[in-house]
Amino acid sequence: MSVTLYDTVGPRGRRRIAVGSAIGILVIAALLGVAATRLASRGAFGAEQWRVLTQADVQRLIGRGLLATLRAAGIAMAFSIVLGALLAVGRLSRRAWVSKPVGAWVQLFRGLPLLLMILFAFLVLPQLGIPVSSLWALVLALTVYNSAVIGEIFRAGILSLPRGQTEAAYAIGLRRGQTLRIVLIPQAVRRMLPALISQLVTLLKDTSLGFVIGYAELLRVGRGAVEFLGGRYSIPIYTAIAVVYIAVNATLSYTARWLDRFTRRRYGRAVQHPLADEAA
Amino acid sequence: MDAILDNLDLYRQGFLTTLTLAALSAVLALLLGTLLAAMRVSPVLPLRAAGTAYVEIVRNTPLTVVFFFSVFVLPQIDITLSFFVFAVIALTVYHAAFFCEAVRSGINSVAAGQAEAARSIGLTFGQSLRLVILPQAFRTVIPPIINVVIALIKNTSIAAAFGVLEETGVGEQVANANSDQVIPVLLGVALCYLVITLPAGWLAGALERRVAFSA
Repeated sequence: MSVTLYDTVGPRGRRRIAVGSAIGILVIAALLGVAATRLASRGAFGAEQWRVLTQADVQRLIGRGLLATLRAAGIAMAFSIVLGALLAVGRLSRRAWVSKPVGAWVQLFRGLPLLLMILFAFLVLPQLGIPVSSLWALVLALTVYNSAVIGEIFRAGILSLPRGQTEAAYAIGLRRGQTLRIVLIPQAVRRMLPALISQLVTLLKDTSLGFVIGYAELLRVGRGAVEFLGGRYSIPIYTAIAVVYIAVNATLSYTARWLDRFTRRRYGRAVQHPLADEAA
Repeated sequence: MDAILDNLDLYRQGFLTTLTLAALSAVLALLLGTLLAAMRVSPVLPLRAAGTAYVEIVRNTPLTVVFFFSVFVLPQIDITLSFFVFAVIALTVYHAAFFCEAVRSGINSVAAGQAEAARSIGLTFGQSLRLVILPQAFRTVIPPIINVVIALIKNTSIAAAFGVLEETGVGEQVANANSDQVIPVLLGVALCYLVITLPAGWLAGALERRVAFSA
């Protein structure tokens, strides 16, 4: 789209773009340079500090943290998708005594900070006599929050289908449940895959909140390593952890983009992420 | 209930801190995000590349990790500020990427004919962006921006884990001091967030429907 904002440029425009590029590179290089000299003058690029990442202990620790992150994310993803599908069907129900409470539930839990839900699960459940480990408190809160969002994604996917699909299904004598199951859901699933995956990326990022309740995921493990080794190792270790997160999430995001292109060609445009909750 | 009533003052301060934190970060992040969006649609390749790199990196990093860099790494290079300022920095850096994507998708939502018409009457890139595209993009961009602001308000709660006594931090403190009343204490905190996020969500939904009809 951005190509339509300006013409194919002539010689004068090309010169102007070249000047703009040069200035742009200079400004960005200057910013990076200031940051780099500042870091370097505090010894942030010392080989000795970065060598900590080659230690087998540190690598094993980060690996364990990644596994714990993936475990929490995997369990929460499975539960959220199942519960989200139920919430979507409930909210689409024609019985008001089903759709109204489900709608209220979804709005309520979308509007609360995830961290508050994690604290709630971790502090309140034991008081009610339900023993809960930090893993399950985290999984529970992630599931309650993300199932509400994923339910909305499913609902948007189903509502995005042309009305003719429902009408045609009714016309050939299908009941409402059959219409949903046989006609609408299979088509909607393909349309909502990209939005669903970007929400799963969000869920994976949010497992990092587990460090607040002492769940030994990637970030908590990194913090532990820095506290043990000393603050001067914070830059290499936190950078390594950020890189691990970015690698895992970028892989998921690229899958989403690839699926989007693939499904758009075959099944029509994907639905937008309905809530832009991606930022959450 | 007593725990809330006894600490009403603390609750109010926490709520105000949450609001200040959110407002400050939202304004700064929106400015940075708009700048990034302009970079991402500009004809200048290095700017485009820098904008894209920023968004891709930040979007795939958990906010908690951004907080770690702000709170633990900045002091390592002798930048010492208050926890509140560190929190503003982390929230701004993180949400700018999402504001950027909201603004950019708004620019992309303006029909291609508009940009072509602007060009054909001889407007430059800057003029067509300023006079034709952005005023129209502004309308479609408001609901997603409100949604990012809602997410930002909820995300200010993470500052509680980094020594800022905002609403969630207050709740945690009061809950620890009154361990027999954890449920009402945390429900009180939840209410404080819902008072902002629910109406804001309805507003975004209503605006979205209006834009959808008039578009």
